Amino acid sequence: MAEPVPADAIQENMLSGDKIDVRDLDFYYGDFKALEGVTVGIKRNAITAFIGPSGCGKSTFLRSLNRMNDLIDGTRVEGTVLLDGKDIYAEDVDVVDLRRRVGMIFQQANPFPLSIYENIAYGPRIHGLRNKAELDTIVEDSLTKANLWKEVKDKLGQPGTDLSGGQQQRLCIARVLAVNPEVLLMDEPCSAIDPTSTQKIEDLMDKLKDNFTIVIVTHNMQQAARVSDYTAFFLAEDTNLPAKLIEYDMTDIVFTNPTDKRTENYITGRFG
Amino acid sequence: MNFLKWRERALESLFLICALTAIVGVLLVFIFVTIKGFPIFEKVGVLKFLFSLDWSPSDNKFGILTFIIGSFLVTAGALALGAPMAIMTAIFLSEIAPKRVQKLVRPAVELLAGIPSVVYGFFGILIIVPVVRTLFGGSGLGLLTGWIILAIMILPTIATISEDAIRAVPKSFREASFGMGATRWQTIWRVVLPAAKNGLIGATILGMGRAIGETMAVLMVLGNAPIIPKSLVGPVGALTSIIALNMSYASGDHQTALFGMGIVLFMISFFFVALIRLISRKRS
Repeated sequence: MAEPVPADAIQENMLSGDKIDVRDLDFYYGDFKALEGVTVGIKRNAITAFIGPSGCGKSTFLRSLNRMNDLIDGTRVEGTVLLDGKDIYAEDVDVVDLRRRVGMIFQQANPFPLSIYENIAYGPRIHGLRNKAELDTIVEDSLTKANLWKEVKDKLGQPGTDLSGGQQQRLCIARVLAVNPEVLLMDEPCSAIDPTSTQKIEDLMDKLKDNFTIVIVTHNMQQAARVSDYTAFFLAEDTNLPAKLIEYDMTDIVFTNPTDKRTENYITGRFG
Repeated sequence: MNFLKWRERALESLFLICALTAIVGVLLVFIFVTIKGFPIFEKVGVLKFLFSLDWSPSDNKFGILTFIIGSFLVTAGALALGAPMAIMTAIFLSEIAPKRVQKLVRPAVELLAGIPSVVYGFFGILIIVPVVRTLFGGSGLGLLTGWIILAIMILPTIATISEDAIRAVPKSFREASFGMGATRWQTIWRVVLPAAKNGLIGATILGMGRAIGETMAVLMVLGNAPIIPKSLVGPVGALTSIIALNMSYASGDHQTALFGMGIVLFMISFFFVALIRLISRKRS
């Protein structure tokens, strides 16, 4: 984590068009090594899906991309994660700004117990915006981008928690969009909502990828096949062994012509 | 009826009786205090009893407003000092302190609740009174000393309940906030505390109830003069401390007046309990 990133690595990253470039990442919970040797380049303005059985470390890996794991005591990262060529684990990195740039959507929609308006205004406010007119604009913009404006524009003062599950999840997406992120990390965003709402979120993702880099963790292989451009398959051979990145390629290739036998077994439903 | 069934019934009744004891206890105390104290309302008049400042039992003057004001003054100051400290303790324990520090601080806070109030009084007389006397003048027995002692006494009550309320705030709120680039302070101030608001208010009211009902420690440090204090260090009488001090020798109307003060105290704590219920119902 502390060792300097080789200059050629940075240069390569700048040229490759990868938004995030992870090199040889190991992740530890205390003494337990949960991830080993993950090297992956996450493409700009594309949707990358992380798939794999439960406990394969894909959520852990996702959360290491905006240092959410820092909040868990006793976790440790080795290796480098370059965001636009800059190591996010370097000592001079402002974690608060990193998390603004790399926003996160969670499995369980988690709107604050505030009004719809205040949920969206929360982010801009914590980053220092006070002007009411500007806040109004951001709220409308963000809700529009999240395909939710038409449904809620007449009830912005109502509690965000009164919305349906799918709407709540889109509210959470709007809330993240309000702080103007570059990357969206989505941790199984549809696992707790119905198929119609899932459809809406997937449509939304497709629209958002023009302006954002999106990474989604999903248990649902059809979803990965439907929405993603790239797919990474993670697997831990055994519960007490660290998980590894088994295969990473364009989604079409991973699903139709995987290189690794284990990937093929997983996507054809032979385990997991 | 066979034995098993009989045993079921017997156990049910036993539990019921235990539960009823609480209700019966409250009722008995209420009835007793009312019977003993009610005549003073007829004799002096409710308004005069509650709103007259004139308290001199030897002249048959029984106005308790001085002590009502005294009680509220003492309680308000104790809350103003103690509640912020307690809530900050709760925030520290639940949001900031590493596990090792928590293990040290939490038992200390809980222990604070277990210290008998007479020991607090003792501590007050030996330590706080001289300090207040030296720094602020006066005898040292009075309002300020009462505030300090009571603030320490209500701290564990408010802190432990506030901590529970803060811990009950879903982790997902914190994650969402951090995930948008909020600092820890912003997350605590703008998300966690508002979400725990009702619990914090409830905790504070409970601390208020504790402060207004506290007797022994305040009796030892307040000075107990039947006057409204003119300064921070002036002596002051609270309902509780005056009842306790006078009860040993009072007789006749004087004693009845003390029970009348008991009714007032009872009403105040009843009001606090009702308030907590109301707030917790609003939450659900």
